[in-house]
Amino acid sequence: MSQSNIEISEQTQWMIAVRDNRDRAAFAALFDFFAPRLKGFMMRSGLSAHQAEEIVQDVMLTIWRKAAMFDPHRAQVSAWIYQIARNRQIDIARKERRPMPEELKEEPGTEADASQILGLEQEAGRLKQALTKLKPEQREMIEKAYLGELTHQEISAQTGLPLGTIKSRIRLGLERLRHELKDLKQ
Amino acid sequence: MSAITHHIPDAMLAAYAAGNLPHAFAVVVASHVSLCEQCRVALEAHQAVGGAVLEEIAAVAVSSSLKNDILAQLDAPFRPEPVYERNGIYPGPVIEALKGRAPRWKKLGMGVRQDILTADTNGSVRLLYIPPGQAVPDHSHSGLELTLVLQGSFSDETGRFGVGDLEIADEDLEHTPIADDGEACICLAATDARLRFRALVPRLLQPLFQI
Ligand SMILES: [Zn+2]
Repeated sequence: MSQSNIEISEQTQWMIAVRDNRDRAAFAALFDFFAPRLKGFMMRSGLSAHQAEEIVQDVMLTIWRKAAMFDPHRAQVSAWIYQIARNRQIDIARKERRPMPEELKEEPGTEADASQILGLEQEAGRLKQALTKLKPEQREMIEKAYLGELTHQEISAQTGLPLGTIKSRIRLGLERLRHELKDLKQ
Repeated sequence: MSAITHHIPDAMLAAYAAGNLPHAFAVVVASHVSLCEQCRVALEAHQAVGGAVLEEIAAVAVSSSLKNDILAQLDAPFRPEPVYERNGIYPGPVIEALKGRAPRWKKLGMGVRQDILTADTNGSVRLLYIPPGQAVPDHSHSGLELTLVLQGSFSDETGRFGVGDLEIADEDLEHTPIADDGEACICLAATDARLRFRALVPRLLQPLFQI
């Protein structure tokens, strides 16, 4: 990944350092960025400050323990943490494990593909921009949907999803997945 | 194996990513994603939107001790979550719902068999075994029904469903799925309500059959 490493976002570099080197300083940096956002996220879905911090603690420890599963070619750090956060919230609320798809395991020693990682990051940047450009009520809808406050029937009745952005993200993901699966089959 | 042509609707994937699908449906969605590249990357795209929401949400300062509390626990022993691998035709989430055991088929008549994996007031998930040429007992839906084909195929008024295909049926669809010739059709079926079989099984018997 050598020179192009500089262009990859700090978050991703921290996460890779946690994954590959068990780097505590990088983990602390991830904490500084994500813990207050996670707390805000949990409180938005109705938890008290105390309950929110308990889940933040749980999520941060899960990030540390499951770091080996982080694949920057397939997920943005925030996307990966988002899913962990929602899972923990649900597992705790329902006291049962949420059904998750089989994990795709990256071949050990797979060479990092900086252009793919950067491509995902650019997509994520576009997504965030699209979010900030939405009308307030549309943005509120998106937040509600991804905070788990809307049923799928309610989501399908909404038209405000930035679908164009999701579509190009899907295309990017598909290219990578096909590439990975081809490698696996060889 | 022919390509999957019936996928998870976008809104359902978004609700799944957000963790707001009933458990029974989540088992089916997780199973389909395990089999389907297209829905896997679509799910990843929804997770990316969730990630963007997380990054843009109003942050709330955490208490001063939280960071050190967490750093102090990094080396603490912990129990890793169990991983359920695919086994034959059954994807990981089905193996998890089976709790690692083999299916225990119960006869429903006409060669049709089922194994109820979970059932409560919020819905049920079961495996269905339908011999070739045999119809799934005629039924209407009081809620939504998701059917994922794991082996063989079936056809009904809306089309043909092969391995990996997902059929979504609501109250308005009165359909008669019939297993195609060839291998017996094995499906994973979930409802968010109890099925009402119109003719074959009197309503009184429903609790007995749990269908
Ligand atoms: Zn699909």
